[in-house]
Amino acid sequence: MTLWEIDIYPREGQPDLAASSITGDATDMGLSDDLPVTAARGYLVQGNIHFEQADQLARELLADDIVERTVVAVVGDPQLSQPPNEKPTLLHVMPKPGVMDPVAQSALQAIADFDLEVRAVRTFHKYWLGHLPEDALRAITTKILANDSIEEVVVGPLNLDELQVGSEYEFELIVIPLRELDDDGLLELSRQGQLYLTLVEMQTIQDHFKSLKRDPTDAELESIAQTWSEHCSHKTLAGRIAYRDENGEQRFENMLKETIFEATQQIRRNLGADDWCVSVFEDNAGIVRFDDHHNVVFKVETHNHPSALEPYGGANTGIGGVIRDPLGTGLGAKPICNTDVFCFADPNTPASALPPGVLHPRRVMKGVVSGVRDYGNRMGIPTVNGAIYFDQRYLGNPLVYCGNVGLIPREKSAKEPQEGDHIVALGGRTGRDGIHGATFSSAELTSESESLSGGAVQIGNAITEKMVQDIVLEARDRGLFNAITDCGAGGFSSAVGEMGEKIGAEVWLDRAPLKYDGLSYTEIWISEAQERMVLAVPPKHWDEFQELCQSESVEATIIGRFVPTARLQLNYLDHEVANLSMAFLHDGRPPIVREAYFQPPERAETVPLVVEDHGALLKNILSSLNIASKEWVIRQYDHEVQGGSVIKPLVGIENDGPSDAAVVRPVLDSLRGLAVSCGMNPHFGDFDPYHMAASAIDEALRNCVAVGADPSRIAILDNFCWGYTDRPETLGSLVRAALACRDLAIELGTPFISGKDSLNNEFSYLDENGQKQTIAIPPTLLISALGQIADVRTCITMDLKTPGNQLFVIGETNNEFGGSHFCLANKISGGDVPQVDVQRAKATFAALHQTIQSGHVRSCHDLSEGGLAVAVAEMAFAGGYGIHLHLNQVPHALKLKKTQESITALLFSESNTRFVCEVAPESVDAFTAAFAGIPVACIGSVEEEKQLVVDFEAENGTHYPVLNESIETLKQAWQSPLRWS
Amino acid sequence: MGTPRVLILRAPGTNCDRETAFAFEQAGGQADIVHINRLLKESKLPSAYQILCIPGGFSYGDDIAAGRILANQIRHHLHETFESFKAHGKLILGICNGFQVLIKSNVLLPISPEGKAAATLTWNDSGKFEDRWVQLASKGDKCVFLRGTTSLYLPIAHAEGKFVARDEETLSQLDANCQLALRYTSCRSRDPEHVPYPDNPNGSLANVAGICDSTGRIFGLMPHPERHIHPTNHPRWTRAESTEQADGKIIFDNAIHYFS
Repeated sequence: MTLWEIDIYPREGQPDLAASSITGDATDMGLSDDLPVTAARGYLVQGNIHFEQADQLARELLADDIVERTVVAVVGDPQLSQPPNEKPTLLHVMPKPGVMDPVAQSALQAIADFDLEVRAVRTFHKYWLGHLPEDALRAITTKILANDSIEEVVVGPLNLDELQVGSEYEFELIVIPLRELDDDGLLELSRQGQLYLTLVEMQTIQDHFKSLKRDPTDAELESIAQTWSEHCSHKTLAGRIAYRDENGEQRFENMLKETIFEATQQIRRNLGADDWCVSVFEDNAGIVRFDDHHNVVFKVETHNHPSALEPYGGANTGIGGVIRDPLGTGLGAKPICNTDVFCFADPNTPASALPPGVLHPRRVMKGVVSGVRDYGNRMGIPTVNGAIYFDQRYLGNPLVYCGNVGLIPREKSAKEPQEGDHIVALGGRTGRDGIHGATFSSAELTSESESLSGGAVQIGNAITEKMVQDIVLEARDRGLFNAITDCGAGGFSSAVGEMGEKIGAEVWLDRAPLKYDGLSYTEIWISEAQERMVLAVPPKHWDEFQELCQSESVEATIIGRFVPTARLQLNYLDHEVANLSMAFLHDGRPPIVREAYFQPPERAETVPLVVEDHGALLKNILSSLNIASKEWVIRQYDHEVQGGSVIKPLVGIENDGPSDAAVVRPVLDSLRGLAVSCGMNPHFGDFDPYHMAASAIDEALRNCVAVGADPSRIAILDNFCWGYTDRPETLGSLVRAALACRDLAIELGTPFISGKDSLNNEFSYLDENGQKQTIAIPPTLLISALGQIADVRTCITMDLKTPGNQLFVIGETNNEFGGSHFCLANKISGGDVPQVDVQRAKATFAALHQTIQSGHVRSCHDLSEGGLAVAVAEMAFAGGYGIHLHLNQVPHALKLKKTQESITALLFSESNTRFVCEVAPESVDAFTAAFAGIPVACIGSVEEEKQLVVDFEAENGTHYPVLNESIETLKQAWQSPLRWS
Repeated sequence: MGTPRVLILRAPGTNCDRETAFAFEQAGGQADIVHINRLLKESKLPSAYQILCIPGGFSYGDDIAAGRILANQIRHHLHETFESFKAHGKLILGICNGFQVLIKSNVLLPISPEGKAAATLTWNDSGKFEDRWVQLASKGDKCVFLRGTTSLYLPIAHAEGKFVARDEETLSQLDANCQLALRYTSCRSRDPEHVPYPDNPNGSLANVAGICDSTGRIFGLMPHPERHIHPTNHPRWTRAESTEQADGKIIFDNAIHYFS
């Protein structure tokens, strides 16, 4: 066996894109200006091949002869460490052994076509840097070139003889002496074993095994820890809570069930025979009706903790994981679009200001976007919707929400494994990756997390998942299986445990296909290796199922069967390694009553509203990161694959204005459409989480309705990301948000169909004085909305269409500046948080929908961050026309003394349920008639001249010029902050 | 002649197969989506088809380089099949990843006597994947798929679409032979040779977006015509800029009409 190294450099005259990107990052992070770098990518190829053969692989397979040159030699050969130019420092970065290396896997398969005896392949990156002081080199290595949680760095030439992963495994049954432990011992076991169970839970497990008169095996303990983890059981939110606020005390037996689920049940009862929900809060995703033949499913998940440690891999497997939810819903839904929402700290944060263990937010953002891009694009699923929020409290805990919508035939929407069905593992192989993801994701991050939990971080392989998807949908249509679920957090343990809950299951762990040798039975059981699904296949269909899988080179293996024992029985070779009752596993968790209280903050000071230069302020707000254009991100996502794109995330005369929502036509020979949007206002939560939640729901619906979705057919999802909920006030703020979700959903008739929570999003570290510091994220509730449109030709966009058309504002403006972008831009706090008048909101959405349906609205934009001023500026530059606006005509209830204050409030207040609509002169009567009883007024007109002109005519006749800005200047302010290269 | 039959070749990671099949069917063809594993076993299968299309996606993840692994499979195992398909006067279309495969398998352009490929598609100058609409100038005099067209508006969505020819001579030969059938254009530049980013979205030499072989019957292009076959696919249809006859549809119509 020889180990060949093949280095691939850009040919003379070709750009070194990898090097340019590194130099750019080093400058942006303030590490080094104009860092000299030469970059190569390379392959290590181990096999019985001679130079000519290795060289043939380099020329014909691995490199592109027209634009690249290669250096081929045996590892260690001096040729490989000849600097290509004046840069003497050589570094290699390669995935740690066992970390997913999709390119190496594909290369190995492709080499098979050359009929060469090659055993193993590994990829690496090679960098040549100029002379650097040691600390500067270390900074560039750790902050840009490599991530210690998944990659290793070799300084100087590579020095290894063979590529080896895995080792022999000799079976040894591990029994944990649990019965003899005292409370300290129990807690120590929970901590040491990364079980993250509480003392009461550990005691309950101890009692259970005492009654069985035996100690548990490691596999049994791990199964319980995983099933009882916050991530899998939602024990906090679905648990008992005693909640107090200014209205008194309420007790919940199951908080989520009695608030959010109950709202949906009530809506369904009210709808009676017209109920369009199909399956809510049951399956891996919520299901609602779409057309006569199809239902749609929707799920949003978070992947926060892994993304904090390894942004690319975390986001990559985040989107990969949530795609498996619709695919594992019913008998398998076809994924049709993605939505992704992120929360980061300011990417311009100085590198020196970061606490230990925290990755630079710019690197986090770039990594997360690339991770979502590479997985979503490869899966062939358009990423059509998203948002990014910035706040310094996301520094240690960035949030990564990934969502997926699927389409499923109506008759394939339910599943039920049957006794005797084979338990089949489909897709990727099992490896040592992702151990303890479920329990780890439920814990608080610390600066040590990287070393403790590195195994929980993974890289995905989208093509494996795409192959699995192709098989699942074909096998579904042929009726080859009875049930399917995804292998997510908790791996086989979670998937088999859930599927077999009502029957019982026996599993032969030694049969699971492994990536490499050496895994213990417990590692096989709890590994969260990606791209795996578990199916219940009846024996009579096994041959056909297996043949189908072979025809597309997808691995399917029988690893057990569903048996009527009501027990979970695990075997390895001839040994029984676990035997638990399903009842204890799923229902044995001790009930804990958690305290929660909410104290409304003191009424904040009013905000000073006198502004000298409204134009400068507007540009400042347009440049704030939350509002600024996200085109740099959006363009990296394929938002049109599958061919059904109707309203794109970027719209307008230059295809670059901010759409309120995206619309797709999932069935290509039909005109029925789906709208996807979201709402989120973490800054409102600092005032009152109730109004934050209400505002987020209002915003998600506004966005959906603004493009033409029917408000009576919008389904929504909740995703709570919160801090440490063992603190009563933190849990209290969450309960308060859930109460708003219940109230708004019922009043609006908008059902929640699924949801997810991610708790304990806090980051702790020791500062330079050795004091423990903690950064908690702000309470962050994402509301995702899935709307429907009977005929997509009625959809509209937010860009202005025609000079001479009139502009109307719908809704009432109040003095609501709490958490507003006016305050953020001026670095002030205070004011009243925006509230929702829910009855008026319902009537407004219905009336707006009716006028859009009737074709009376030419463009429509909702008012959100930055209020009216930002909305009209965006409509103007997206459409390429100017606006003349008379601010005094805006309907309001401000009661402000000074005219200057009124002007500012009308421009920048963030009151809910407001829109601006463009209406052609001939439609004005019909348009206004539709809004009887709702505040609406004509406030101006669309102008040919490309200026945003705003004035205010006081009652005494005094004329105040307010704004006169060119739309190009405003657009530039909006586009420049995140227009990265 | 009956309904033309279209073989849509899919590999692991192909992801535009369904909408491409739909586009051919809208044009009046009968499309079958066939997995590469089946074609490797039944190499005579294409003889029953008039059109062979390799659609967009990320075949084998675009691992190593875009389209490379599927292209190698074709070179190693399906060379005869493709040559015979060509020899029978049939049509081959490669869209995006399919274009990358046709170029890298040397199906589209012949290799030099020294065994060197004529051209390649490599990383965009921007260094990243981009989805955007582009204005294209087309030459329908040679390329069957572009007959009757002079300009098209279509989306691109790729990371490796920069066209680079082996050398100047190869490029000018292709140009002289009317094989540079589809090019990015700009309304911001008076000089048709100078098309700035992002109108030329990837830095392609000579602004090449698509090329055909010397017969005009084999065509590869980076833009996605199957993503513009419905009026509401146009990014500015709400501004009344789209027409009933969506630009991408013409390419599929031309292919089907060639056989009727």
